[in-house]
Amino acid sequence: MNYLNTLLFGVYPYLAGAVFLLGSLARFDRDPFTWKAHSSQILSNHNMRLASNLFHVGILLLFMGHFVGLLTPPEIFHALGVSAGDKQLLAIVAGSIAGIMCFVGLTLLVRRRLTDPRVRATSSRMDIFILLLLYAQLILGLLTIPVSLMHLDGHNMLNLMGWARNIVTFDPIEAVAFVSQVGWLFKLHLFLGLTVFLVFPFSRLVHIWSAPVTYPARPYQVVRQR
Amino acid sequence: MKVRAQIAMVLNLDKCIGCHTCSVTCKNVWTSRDGMEYAWFNNVETKPGVGYPKEWENQAKWNGGWKRRKDGRIEPKQGSKWRILANIFANPDLPAIDDYYEPWDYDYAHLQNAPESKATPTARPRSAISGQRMEKIHWGPNWEEILGTEFAKRSKDYNFDNVQKEIYGEFENTFMMYLPRLCEHCLNPACVASCPSGAIYKREEDGIVLIDQDKCRGWRMCVSGCPYKKIYYNWNTGKSEKCIFCYPRIESGLPTVCSETCVGRIRYLGVLLYDADRIEKAASVADEKSLYQAQLDIFLDPFDATVQAAARQAGIPEPWLRAAQESPVYKMAIDWKIAFPLHPEYRTLPMVWYVPALSPIQARAEAGQIGMNGIIPDVGSLRIPLQYLANLLTAGDEQPVKRALERMLAMRAYMRAKTVDGEIREDVLKTVNLRIDQVESMYRYLAIANFEDRFVIPTSHREYASATYDAFGERGGCGFSFGNGCSPGTDQTNLFGGKKVTARRATPIKVEPPHKA
Repeated sequence: MNYLNTLLFGVYPYLAGAVFLLGSLARFDRDPFTWKAHSSQILSNHNMRLASNLFHVGILLLFMGHFVGLLTPPEIFHALGVSAGDKQLLAIVAGSIAGIMCFVGLTLLVRRRLTDPRVRATSSRMDIFILLLLYAQLILGLLTIPVSLMHLDGHNMLNLMGWARNIVTFDPIEAVAFVSQVGWLFKLHLFLGLTVFLVFPFSRLVHIWSAPVTYPARPYQVVRQR
Repeated sequence: MKVRAQIAMVLNLDKCIGCHTCSVTCKNVWTSRDGMEYAWFNNVETKPGVGYPKEWENQAKWNGGWKRRKDGRIEPKQGSKWRILANIFANPDLPAIDDYYEPWDYDYAHLQNAPESKATPTARPRSAISGQRMEKIHWGPNWEEILGTEFAKRSKDYNFDNVQKEIYGEFENTFMMYLPRLCEHCLNPACVASCPSGAIYKREEDGIVLIDQDKCRGWRMCVSGCPYKKIYYNWNTGKSEKCIFCYPRIESGLPTVCSETCVGRIRYLGVLLYDADRIEKAASVADEKSLYQAQLDIFLDPFDATVQAAARQAGIPEPWLRAAQESPVYKMAIDWKIAFPLHPEYRTLPMVWYVPALSPIQARAEAGQIGMNGIIPDVGSLRIPLQYLANLLTAGDEQPVKRALERMLAMRAYMRAKTVDGEIREDVLKTVNLRIDQVESMYRYLAIANFEDRFVIPTSHREYASATYDAFGERGGCGFSFGNGCSPGTDQTNLFGGKKVTARRATPIKVEPPHKA
């Protein structure tokens, strides 16, 4: 079990991270024509405003929550007078709201991708795989909520934070020591999460890199000189 | 003054016979690919009609083009930059494929493979997107051809604004005209402004608006931003595509495919010089009816010495200046004022111009009640209502359209008098403020329409481009391709690739090799 923990939570994160970064770079450099969001709204517009907005807003909130929640050192929120238990409760409440938004949206989108004849026919295997992967990951994440509600002292959360912090500071041995204390449901959620990073460059998720945040700053018209 | 040159187009609707040769040759060259079956960079609509996609002119529905804010500045009608970003997950103004039409093919192979039956086998349609059987085709690229469908449906045409349209539903009063449409290569393009990635750009040297296929991320805001709905989302590649004004041809001095193949010789291509500093002001004019004049005011006189000096300063090559002087577009749009921009009220300052169509004199006019203006019939008695043409071309202002139609009628009257009666009727020209040299020239360009008069296209001067341009670097390249150099992005072996869709298509007819005797 210890070996498996080391492999999946000590080695795999770096493997997934390397593929994520180098794969993205390779695709951006070698195959820019394939770099896109690949919207299928034009083929099937029914419910898209509800489904796509719920999904995207929900998952963005979840991503930011995970990023801030996992990587903020405990000293910082302790200094702000927030105890681990309080922070966990905040994470549960905010995560539930965003998670349910995302779940409703994603459920509609999964149904659309699998049952709409036009969308289904134009989907690649990766399009379907990545959507189901996110769906499974979201469901696992939601399932951790009742588990977390059973122990509100924030201990489990601190273990997960310890893992994440040690992974990003390149101390995998310490990270594995933290992760070996959390339950299998959390471990499965971690594993699928890392897998999302692994397949990221080969899927339509690359559009996240290109979020057009600079658009408001540029002038309306673009003129290219020879 | 910032002088720039643009290759612009004029279409003489008076001579368009609606043969669709332009559309078909364009499709064969540019859009006969997976994902673009439904897209027509050039299409010809029968007017009045709702067009393609349905009701594209109704901006209350599609929110294309620009709107003028209370503070006098303009922003895309679909929203400010933040609004556009907020709509990025699901674009509320995006036309769906059914607003264009679902592309289809026929199961031709069934004609060969069908078992013996009493009824003749038929090739039934199959969707080119889903591959599923289509039982009935409800809409197509040119469903309203020659006044197809009921008047009640066609009369949703936005150009009927301020026209008592009911009487045109009557058989005796019905009218029609053709409207070939392509990308307008605007001076103030709304698609460029709407693109969150900044992938769409206007070329400085010739004004052609292009989408960088490698930078396009498929946010699809340009599709809704363009009021002419001339940007198409390729559902196969996930990128938007548009008319490229056949730039590889234009660069070598050749007319676009649609212009070259036009059997009615209705298309003209030429250089216009304009002042880029005046664009924003012209597009922001308060009164919509003044937009046509505001756009005219942007253009510079190529015979003016100060303009020429400024143009040379801006690096415009000498052959381009000469071409600007011989430009048929300059003559028709600015000198004779018989060509107009399509829907100037969208504030995009479009650069494909239209000569309005003359139409037969109405029956009641012929029966002696004709309004005659000297020897020119009153344009108010033409079959196509003046207001309809004005709604199409001048934001509803009838006066410029009336002048153009009168000038065209005067040209006919003058030439008829000259060739049939052997008289020079200067009095005819006086009523429409034309000189003899102008009207003779109009006749040459409109009626004779020689190839070298219609197309005055200077070649691109790549040696001016930059010191880094080096033909050696082009060696072994792919030439023209839709992005990504040689890779279409759908190779089976490509880790990042998409899905090839050709295999799902309707089964084609089998061609057997000829039997040897």
